[in-house]
Amino acid sequence: MNIGFTLNGRTVRVEVGPSERLLDVLRERLGLTGTKEGCGEGECGACSIIMNGMLVNSCLIPAFQADNSKIETIEGVVETAIGKAIVDSFAECGAVQCGFCTPGFVVAGAALFRENPDPTEEDVRVALSGNLCRCTGYSKLVEGVLIAARKLKERK
Amino acid sequence: MAVGKSVVRVDARSKATGKAVYVADMFMPGMLIGKVLRSEFPRGKIVRLDVKKARSIHGVHAVLTADDIPGKNVCHVVFEDMPLLATGEVRYVGEPIALIAAETEAAAQLAIEAVELDIEPLGILIDPEKYNSPDSPILFGEDNIFAHHKIRRGDIENAFAQSDTIIERVYRTTYQEHAYLETQGMLAVPTAEGGIDVYGTMQCPFYVHGAVSDVTGLAQSRVRIVQTTTGGAFGGKEDVPSLVAGWASVLALAAKRPVKLILGRTEDFVSMSKRHPSRVEVKLGATKDGKLTAAGIDILFDGGAYATLSPVVLWRGTVHSCGPYRIPAVRVDARAVATNKVPCGAYRGFGSPQTLFAIESAIDELAEKIGMDPVRIREINHLRRGDETVTGQKLGESVGLQECLERAITESDYYNLREKLHGRNGPVKRGVGISTIFYGVGLGAGGTHFARSGAYVGIQPDGSVQFAVGTTEMGQGMRTVLGQIVAEAFGIPFERVYCLPVDSSRVPDSGPTVASRATTMSGRAILVACSTLKGNLAGVIAPEWGVSPKAITFGENCAFRTDNPAKRISWNDLVERAFAQKVVLTIVGYDSSPPTSWDEDSGQGDAYVIYAWAVNVAQVAVDTRTGVVRVEKLWAAHDVGKAINPTLVEGQIEGGSVQGLGYALTEEYIIDKNGIPMNPRLSFYHIPTTVDAPEIHPIIVESAYSEGPFGAKGFGEQPLMGIAPAVANAVFDAAGIRLREQPFLPERVWPKLKKGAR
Repeated sequence: MNIGFTLNGRTVRVEVGPSERLLDVLRERLGLTGTKEGCGEGECGACSIIMNGMLVNSCLIPAFQADNSKIETIEGVVETAIGKAIVDSFAECGAVQCGFCTPGFVVAGAALFRENPDPTEEDVRVALSGNLCRCTGYSKLVEGVLIAARKLKERK
Repeated sequence: MAVGKSVVRVDARSKATGKAVYVADMFMPGMLIGKVLRSEFPRGKIVRLDVKKARSIHGVHAVLTADDIPGKNVCHVVFEDMPLLATGEVRYVGEPIALIAAETEAAAQLAIEAVELDIEPLGILIDPEKYNSPDSPILFGEDNIFAHHKIRRGDIENAFAQSDTIIERVYRTTYQEHAYLETQGMLAVPTAEGGIDVYGTMQCPFYVHGAVSDVTGLAQSRVRIVQTTTGGAFGGKEDVPSLVAGWASVLALAAKRPVKLILGRTEDFVSMSKRHPSRVEVKLGATKDGKLTAAGIDILFDGGAYATLSPVVLWRGTVHSCGPYRIPAVRVDARAVATNKVPCGAYRGFGSPQTLFAIESAIDELAEKIGMDPVRIREINHLRRGDETVTGQKLGESVGLQECLERAITESDYYNLREKLHGRNGPVKRGVGISTIFYGVGLGAGGTHFARSGAYVGIQPDGSVQFAVGTTEMGQGMRTVLGQIVAEAFGIPFERVYCLPVDSSRVPDSGPTVASRATTMSGRAILVACSTLKGNLAGVIAPEWGVSPKAITFGENCAFRTDNPAKRISWNDLVERAFAQKVVLTIVGYDSSPPTSWDEDSGQGDAYVIYAWAVNVAQVAVDTRTGVVRVEKLWAAHDVGKAINPTLVEGQIEGGSVQGLGYALTEEYIIDKNGIPMNPRLSFYHIPTTVDAPEIHPIIVESAYSEGPFGAKGFGEQPLMGIAPAVANAVFDAAGIRLREQPFLPERVWPKLKKGAR
């Protein structure tokens, strides 16, 4: 079927099969490979995107459900002030190692800030708990999100 | 100065923004999807394997069995016992039997289902402790033993006879799955001139290079291996990528098209290597004042269906089995045995986490029996400079254990913390535990033939520097750390240095990226190259200054006379002059590791070139109502020689500690008594999340290694290694129960709490 949605601010139309996953449409048809597949069952969060303002795992979304929706992937998130701030603080505080999970954490962090621009450490830990990282032990990821929140607040 | 600074890693932004290219992100014209048909039986005879129907499916370009492999059907690791595809017999659930290349995932799946396969089940061996039982089948050699290593030191019987206190305990550990976020994957591309280029996620490009040549029958000169951005490895991408690359390569050659083969998560769980399950029996003797007199240790590792890396994993486990202690009499027997389960292999720590869990728990149990504090017994016995290890190696330098211990005790405020935590009442009991460990850096005497490294360093006409090494970046930060070493060697800013991706055609075989060796070994090769290049550059200006090239120093973005630093030339001007004079500014540096030695019969020798050291202190909370153990705080002191990039060192400490925490508390991969994997998914194999990770205090100790680059020695593995025993010891301190089998799940903890078992 032919579906249309807003992808990182631009309208796209794409023909999808009934069993196709949104993750594959984004990666293979639309060339947005920043969204990663880590487990294919919604456990790891590497495929996190923001759909209609909600943080979701794109591996669990049938592509046809994206019809008429508004989707933001890592490629769009990093063009926003929030996304840029998270990327910068992740880089500076050493939150990136193998990097496979990192786009998902950036997206999850951005989704958190829209709901709660002034999170506590506990808020951040809970908000990121749907994203798995095997390299960092999470300390610097949590720290990175807190630093980004502080910087964004100072800018206002 | 670049070394010692926490520069931002070169790949941080490309990864965080999603721009970094992992193998799954690569697409090529005409590219096919590769798939593997795998055994559902733990052991059986292949009585029928017919792929005719599968080949006729629309969109399918190749269906291959063992008979179609153009080269040797073997994946060489230590021995040559593992085939690329099963032939005749399958030996574990997940063993590869046939390969498919198709235009779409759906066509590939149809082809898998269309393969006509009949397997007649054969008798199985699942419990490694039954490897020598008369009704167990023989899977390897004559006795199912992949390897038997020993240590023989002193008069063990006499030493036990003279001991005031003796304990005997048995400890068990289970599988650990690497759970790298990026699963295994390769893209093989046939070249127009009959060769093959392979791109993929890996630790050891030169293993892959040899393996692809073996299975394709192509000359090694026609095979090129390029590492793509690698999404974590932890040992799990040491040997098994050779299989994945082999499958993709034979498919690509047969289909005459590029083939991308990415494993799904469950497939990766079922078929790729794991940490060896173990049983370790420890007998320790000591005098009444706590001095260790004797250690008798019996180790059994479950190797799985093929030997793969088991002999060398077991060797490291053996060498580390007595902990970082002076023990005059030692007898160790270690065996890795075959079972009908997935072959176990390399995982961060490489056989040592199992044996260190045993010895570090046993030391505490011994201290308790003597009535001594766990820290005190370690202070009395731990290795110091000038001491001999249990393999008879004299420790000449870089022994930072004492400092690690002192700092971990001080920074955790160990004694006061314990007292404070013990003073609290209620159903949640808190306590503190400690572990002291060590890690032999590099391959050691177990892998001397691989102990080499190369580095390509090219000064560009604009003065920037490009370099490449044969060890790999898998997330640990190697490209950044080595860039700092290049910058420091030339005295130029870090930003002017760039590390290229690993390409087997650019650098000499540098051995594997394992054993925490990349910084040390590639760093050494880089320094060899930089030293020659500096000599070449100095030779350009030396005659004009009337000094020998040796009397010129590089630094501050300049070259200057060592005796008169005012006499200088800028780096860029010197490079420009050197190019004008046609001086060679691109070379390959090569280095081989300092020597080691080993006697297989006595287990005596200089096992490793140098050791890293660590002390972990864990604060735990044990809920006596539920048996849930939580680690609240960790202090992790690591002697790394020199922290080239302190932030990256902290990253290794924090990440390794949390992997160790998962090993201690939650990670349990279950293969049932029929050989069937029960939980091959991240939903049912629980690695720690943000809410499980404790507060971690990394403590960096720098006891320089004179042969290492700027004093550095490797340490990436050891943050994981001492966590499980520190947690077990803390649980004992908190609740008085002794956990001798990891992971410490509530269902193991709670019955002990109920019984008050010691």
